[in-house]
Amino acid sequence: MTLEASESERPGAHPADSAPVELSVQDLHAYYGESHVLHGMSFDVPRGEVVTLLGRNGAGKTTCLKCIMGLLRQRKGSIRFSGTELIGMQPHRIARLGLGFCPEERGIYASMTAEENLLLPPKIQEGGMSVEEIYRLFPNLKERAKSQGTKLSGGEQQMLAIGRILRTGAKTLLLDEPTEGLAPVIVRQIGDIIKRLRASGYTIVLVEQNFQFASTVADRHYIVEDGKVMEMIPNADLHANMDKLREYLAV
Amino acid sequence: MIFDLLGVPPQALLGQLLLGLINGSFYALLSLGLALIFGMLNIINFAHGALYMMGAFVSWMLLTYLGIPFWPSLILAPLIVALFGMALERTMLSKLYHLDHLYGLLLTFGLALIIEGAFRTMYGVSGRVYPIPEILRGGTNLGFMFLPNYRAFVVVVALFVCLGVWFFIERTRIGSYLRAGTENPELLQAFGINVPRMITLTYGLGVGLAALTGVLAAPIYQVHPLMGFHMIIVVFAVVVIGGLGSMLGAIVTGLLLGVVEGFTRVFYPEASATVVFIIMAIVLLLRPQGLFGKR
Ligand SMILES: Nc1ncnc2c1ncn2[C@@H]1O[C@H](COP(=O)(O)OP(=O)(O)O)[C@@H](O)[C@H]1O
Ligand SMILES: [Mg+2]
Repeated sequence: MTLEASESERPGAHPADSAPVELSVQDLHAYYGESHVLHGMSFDVPRGEVVTLLGRNGAGKTTCLKCIMGLLRQRKGSIRFSGTELIGMQPHRIARLGLGFCPEERGIYASMTAEENLLLPPKIQEGGMSVEEIYRLFPNLKERAKSQGTKLSGGEQQMLAIGRILRTGAKTLLLDEPTEGLAPVIVRQIGDIIKRLRASGYTIVLVEQNFQFASTVADRHYIVEDGKVMEMIPNADLHANMDKLREYLAV
Repeated sequence: MIFDLLGVPPQALLGQLLLGLINGSFYALLSLGLALIFGMLNIINFAHGALYMMGAFVSWMLLTYLGIPFWPSLILAPLIVALFGMALERTMLSKLYHLDHLYGLLLTFGLALIIEGAFRTMYGVSGRVYPIPEILRGGTNLGFMFLPNYRAFVVVVALFVCLGVWFFIERTRIGSYLRAGTENPELLQAFGINVPRMITLTYGLGVGLAALTGVLAAPIYQVHPLMGFHMIIVVFAVVVIGGLGSMLGAIVTGLLLGVVEGFTRVFYPEASATVVFIIMAIVLLLRPQGLFGKR
């Protein structure tokens, strides 16, 4: 534990900040059967920060989150979460270390009501939010509590998918394109939530294609292309790097 | 009155209705187990009949070789067979989940043949009698009919177990994991649930239900290496009619078809062995997903 901490605070590794690294991905390779999808991805997520993975469709962002959660078995390299190596570990063990996963397709269970969905994930650590707190954060969910989960609107389903992992006590969240396909009002609402979570100490990995949105919530951005991290841009430098970003993200 | 009109004495009708209910509760227990297993494992468990037979045989062996009577057997035999089933799941079935349904079906079919073959080699093809436990012998005269106590007991136990399993799945926390695991096991595991272990336990539960059915059936039918083979064919028809994947569907359809079979035996005995399959054909034509199936 102390060894890991001192390693991650190695002088020169992160000149810009002093927070310890919560999640560190190093030289990650991933495969779907024969096809090699991640080609040595590396990035660090300091504790308490909101970090984005920005990149075009098919760049490998979702694959990277699946590797972290252990949902993609064919992975090589190193993924360390608060000092523990995750490569080779089963998904349920990884989750219980304190990771909350919100998948791109949201994963709302159709056979359950909204509230049952909210209550489904088991508590993995102390300090999770109560159901009341989550309803205060997402008032819509309270009104829809008894509706079938998949009958909720896209925005409500997204809020349910985020709310669901706040009850568990996980303090590091992986959010895969939470704003995808949602109306601007809802996007703003989700942005507010992310800022509030950051303020209360959560560490968040946010996968995004919308860098306008990303710039309003994140501390730093990792640009992903062809299964590699091409560049790290601190949020403060985002505007200076606009042209480069447009090039990376242009379709 | 209406029975008299049809020329059938009510005594015979009620007798057949009771027999139908008993068969129906066996169908319900067996198809409930099949539906559970299919939901979590994505495998059509062809070994279900053989495991039902094992339940009856283990109960008979416990009595014959160890002198363990019916009541402890009612728990012990399903437990033993469930452990055997879980060992099968860990060592063999679990290797097939990433493949097509067909492989699971073939493997469990093979396992059924091996299990039934083994018992046939050891015990031949003649049936063995399992005595009805003392306090359930005899019957009760209800006035309009004579009700054998053991048969009434079987129906009540089967109904209780079915309702218990249904309650467990629909109303408890572990049950909610089971339902979620049926729908999206990957995400459930990413929430921290040990899904592989849950799959093993679900198979154990389904197999245990089959074995319990066998223990209950032992005093009614003879204990016979092929008793499961005859039973499972009808149960598969029940499952097709009810629609795989619905617990409630499995229970209701099982009971209903047992009763329909009973009635057919009264009014048109020639068709009693085939009526379930005729219904299956009609359901497949009109509602291929089954009465309770979705999509
Ligand atoms: N299940 C899969 N099987 C095979 N290839 C896949 C699978 N999922 C994604 N891919 C491929 O992996 C690459 C990265 O995909 P993904 O991680 O989903 O990208 P992103 O989330 O950045 O849009 C793409 O080329 C995609 O086609
Ligand atoms: Mg994606």
